[in-house]
Amino acid sequence: MTTDPAAAAGAPDGDVLRVEHVSKRFGAVTALTDINLRLGKGEVLALLGDNGAGKSTLLKILCGFQPPDSGRIVLNGQEVVLKSVDHARELGIDAVYQDLALINQLSVYHNMYLNREKVRWPLLNNRAMRKEAKQHLDAMGVNIPSVDVQVARLSGGQRQAIAVARSVYSDAKILLLDEPLAAMGVKEAAMILDLVRDLRDQGEVSVIIIAHNYGQVLEVCDRVNLLQQGKITFDKKSSETSVVELTNLVVAEYRAALEARHRSA
Amino acid sequence: MSETAEQHANVAGPPPGDPVRQRSTWVLRTGGLFVRQRETTIFVVAVLLLVFFTTRSSEFLSESNLTNLLSGFAAPIIIIAIGEVLLLICGEIDLSVGFVFLFAPFLMHYLIDFYGVPVLPAILISLLLGVAVGWFNGFLTVTVGVPSFITTLGTGFILYGLTLTTSNAYPANVPTAAESIGKYFASETGGYAWSAIIWAVILVAIFHVLLTRTRWGLHTVAVGGNLLGAREAGISVARIKYGSFMICGLMGAIVGLQTAFYDNTIDPSAGGFNAMFYAVVAAVIGGTAMLGGSGTIIGGFLGAIVLAILEDGLSITGVSANPYFIYLGGAILIAMFANVQLARRRAAGRG
Repeated sequence: MTTDPAAAAGAPDGDVLRVEHVSKRFGAVTALTDINLRLGKGEVLALLGDNGAGKSTLLKILCGFQPPDSGRIVLNGQEVVLKSVDHARELGIDAVYQDLALINQLSVYHNMYLNREKVRWPLLNNRAMRKEAKQHLDAMGVNIPSVDVQVARLSGGQRQAIAVARSVYSDAKILLLDEPLAAMGVKEAAMILDLVRDLRDQGEVSVIIIAHNYGQVLEVCDRVNLLQQGKITFDKKSSETSVVELTNLVVAEYRAALEARHRSA
Repeated sequence: MSETAEQHANVAGPPPGDPVRQRSTWVLRTGGLFVRQRETTIFVVAVLLLVFFTTRSSEFLSESNLTNLLSGFAAPIIIIAIGEVLLLICGEIDLSVGFVFLFAPFLMHYLIDFYGVPVLPAILISLLLGVAVGWFNGFLTVTVGVPSFITTLGTGFILYGLTLTTSNAYPANVPTAAESIGKYFASETGGYAWSAIIWAVILVAIFHVLLTRTRWGLHTVAVGGNLLGAREAGISVARIKYGSFMICGLMGAIVGLQTAFYDNTIDPSAGGFNAMFYAVVAAVIGGTAMLGGSGTIIGGFLGAIVLAILEDGLSITGVSANPYFIYLGGAILIAMFANVQLARRRAAGRG
């Protein structure tokens, strides 16, 4: 069922990231089984799958939050062991999380620069951070009252936009977006999709979008991988697939599981 | 955030126009800014108490009473409150700091009088004791993973027992060799009666800047505001918490030595839970959240001033020691009530 990385669509030479034979278990639960995945330079890859398919586990491995049990991660042709989120970030991999890693009590611009603060030693260079945060957000079309406002006072969509903007402007080469459209209004979702489209057109940053809303994501991605029960079962260019095909695959999986349960019962 | 609001006002400045209008908008803006500050309630309470006791006693504003109020009552609470504010913001608490306060001057006394250690190294070692206890609290809390409410209770009792055992629960004299240096720390009388409060103000200034203007401070708020988020951003949560425990321990040791020099005796009944709880109360009525994520050093400073005014004012106006705690408890509840009301109004005004 799993896809050989060499046989996957596109040329393997330009890969910035390859995941080879990665597995992960939590006690008795197998979260990921022999995952193979590749990401080309400037490519936008959609990693789709239903709840519990293992998307978030894979993301946490890729951003250095937890190590895989087996398998390897190859970055720009070299095998790497991601020791921590910091380490992954140093290597250019940055993640935007489902559970929003923003700090409610801090201002927008302090959140934008969290742990990468601009400093005029020994003090924070608030003026520069405020100014640049504002420029970045304006360029993105993120609509917030002020970069001075506490994140706690913003809407869910605004918070997500800031989390995405934070990663985009962190000089990351590989962005991992975990459900970037969750809790988004229509306009805000369009804004994020436009941002991803811009990134794809520029071709500097490679993106993995993790989502379960196929329709919106298909518009902006180059390729689709489908994750089902901890395995990658599908790897196609987005131009060669459709929402209908993806939905049928997931529904078929559901039906099969249902039948298996009926048979055993 | 208060400091950003402040800067906003500075940048904007009063608009040009006719003087009357200019003045009124300035007043409005300053007024608005004032209400927005978290420390406003406690500042108003402090001023009201000050006015009240000034009218009740002609002695209240005399220099001898002011130094007693500030260096005797306020400085110890202020300095320990600095440590507790930092800990509360990052989601921890230190119940042992009052016993660091207790043990530090005894350690200095043992080192100088029993082991012949020169004065300055003895003082330095006593201060480092506070840092070491803070490190140990950090180790138990962060690395071993026991809640700080329990770990610091344990280390506190151990220090208490150590002090009582080694001193046989008898007071000791401040080593004569240390007296000449001691007056720079604190002194009840003479030209050095302001020493303790000057130290307190300097420490407040340093740690206010540390908390509001440095990466360390920002990360402290981040750790207390969203532990997982801070960790995911790559902030070393352990480093922040260890650091705050060590700062708090150091503050306890400083106050311990100061109190010994101030009282000119090393007292086995000094410090303890009282000193610690006063500091925690000062932090909380100054606007620091018990659940972490927000608080200010200035608020802790003002909270300590309020407690000191109460303590000093009630004694100078002749209120007997017995009902004193009724007034103290009432004042704490009123200050907290006002804080909550103001926070609600502020939230409503912004929303």
